[in-house]
Amino acid sequence: MADKVLDAKGLNCPLPILKAKKAILEVPKDGTLEVLSTDPGSVADFQAFCRTTGNTMLETGENAGVYRFIIKHTA
Amino acid sequence: MSQTESNQKSMSIIVTKGTLDWAYPPFILATTAAAMGVNVSMFFTFYGLALLKKDLDLQISPLGKPDMVMPLAGMHMKMPNMIGMLPGVNAMATTMMKNLIAKKGVASIPTLREAAVESDIEMIACQMTLDLFEMKKEEMIDGIKLGGAATYMEKALASDINLYI
Repeated sequence: MADKVLDAKGLNCPLPILKAKKAILEVPKDGTLEVLSTDPGSVADFQAFCRTTGNTMLETGENAGVYRFIIKHTA
Repeated sequence: MSQTESNQKSMSIIVTKGTLDWAYPPFILATTAAAMGVNVSMFFTFYGLALLKKDLDLQISPLGKPDMVMPLAGMHMKMPNMIGMLPGVNAMATTMMKNLIAKKGVASIPTLREAAVESDIEMIACQMTLDLFEMKKEEMIDGIKLGGAATYMEKALASDINLYI
């Protein structure tokens, strides 16, 4: 179980990233944030977000049009 | 990002357009950059100043835009200039655009602007444009600064990314 879940389904660029940035600050260091999104662009964007900010993408997946990312708060 | 780290990246954007469509690129890039730890300055000049007004009344015009296509009833619609000239067409196009924005989960400009303010993005209004168009700082949102070309140049010379939109 992630420490926090962000439901960004139905939102378009850049809202999932902006909301994830806020949400990850509410997760303790080394804790995890789970993001749910329906924006296909978010797949590349969350990878870029993690590489740039120094947070760690632990897991990515897709099920029935919903993308799921598990991000570890490491930055 | 309120803290200034020595290795923090920075970006400046010159914002020159104040229509509903062209309001998006600067605010999307500025807020996303801030979320990724970039220190952002936006310099609003000429029509871009419309984006700083307390009362946002952004419009879109199909006139002279052969590249503008709007989805309509499963098709795509282009507006001939002759029709774009008619009274009320800008208002209709603006309403269509706002409906699309809401339907597709795209952030509104007020939302993105609030996010920009919340992320401590520096917003500078061009003093010369204010004088030229007889606009007042009081008509603009709180927290903005005034400046000129030299203010921008100082930012730009110290920035990793400089954009003109």
